[in-house]
Amino acid sequence: MQLISCPWCGPREEVEFHYGGQAHVAYPDDPAALSDEDWARFVFFRDNPSGPFAERWSHAAGCRRWFNAIRDTRSHELLDVYRMDEAQPARTGTS
Amino acid sequence: MTAETTSGSSPLGAWTARLAELAPAVRVTERPFLTQLTLRVRDAQAQAAIGPALGVELPSTPCSFTRGTGPHGELEVLWLGPDEYLVLARPGVQQSLEDAIRAALGDAAGAVVDVSAQRTTLALSGPRVRDVLAHGCAIDLHPSAAPTGTCVQTLLAQAGIVLLVSDAGRDEFTLLVRSSFASYLAAWLIDASVEYRMVPA
Ligand SMILES: [Zn+2]
Repeated sequence: MQLISCPWCGPREEVEFHYGGQAHVAYPDDPAALSDEDWARFVFFRDNPSGPFAERWSHAAGCRRWFNAIRDTRSHELLDVYRMDEAQPARTGTS
Repeated sequence: MTAETTSGSSPLGAWTARLAELAPAVRVTERPFLTQLTLRVRDAQAQAAIGPALGVELPSTPCSFTRGTGPHGELEVLWLGPDEYLVLARPGVQQSLEDAIRAALGDAAGAVVDVSAQRTTLALSGPRVRDVLAHGCAIDLHPSAAPTGTCVQTLLAQAGIVLLVSDAGRDEFTLLVRSSFASYLAAWLIDASVEYRMVPA
């Protein structure tokens, strides 16, 4: 089991956390204007990269805050964590 | 308005004798019926105004708690999140404490909710208390990593708990557990303490 660094509580065991899917999926500006296909795309379609992926995680058994993390989908290693109001850290040289 | 939260029996009332048998390696006593208020407030000015009303400042550091004495007696204020606190006080002051916090909040956005019945509180101490907790809790409780004033929300034997380091030097901890998990956790504590009960006092 790996330790995940909660932006508030610091390193904790992975079992304290919940996964929340892809991060930075913007809510549509005008949801009513979307076609069914566009709405389905917003609700269901997510990226599936091999490598670093920006995701939402929740420290469910601790402070219960949501935060963002960059996880390498190949190794399941969490490379970075950042708070909801922080910018996504730049990562270069990985794909 | 506020629900009546004190009744004749506490979640661990039936466990008093069995928990007492763990001494002297581990001393476990319930502190039943404490006043517990969840406080949500984000505005820094409002946070600062609540301190004087309680007689103790809100904790500003994550995973810590503050302690002091004010108009409502001895209080502990636990950090539960960046805008969330749990105020612990003696039994029976739910309404007056809630009124005082609401008055200090003024027009600022916030919430005060009586959650006294949600959790019960255990006072843990003794030379083996860290060993027992380590059987089911991954948090490093060595005094250098968890000094007095530490307050962590974590899992103990997979049950959600809030753990306070009340006095690191004297091996004193305070544990809050949801009422519905309390008897499970009491049974677990007794089981986890078995090997230490063999140690002569
Ligand atoms: Zn946390």
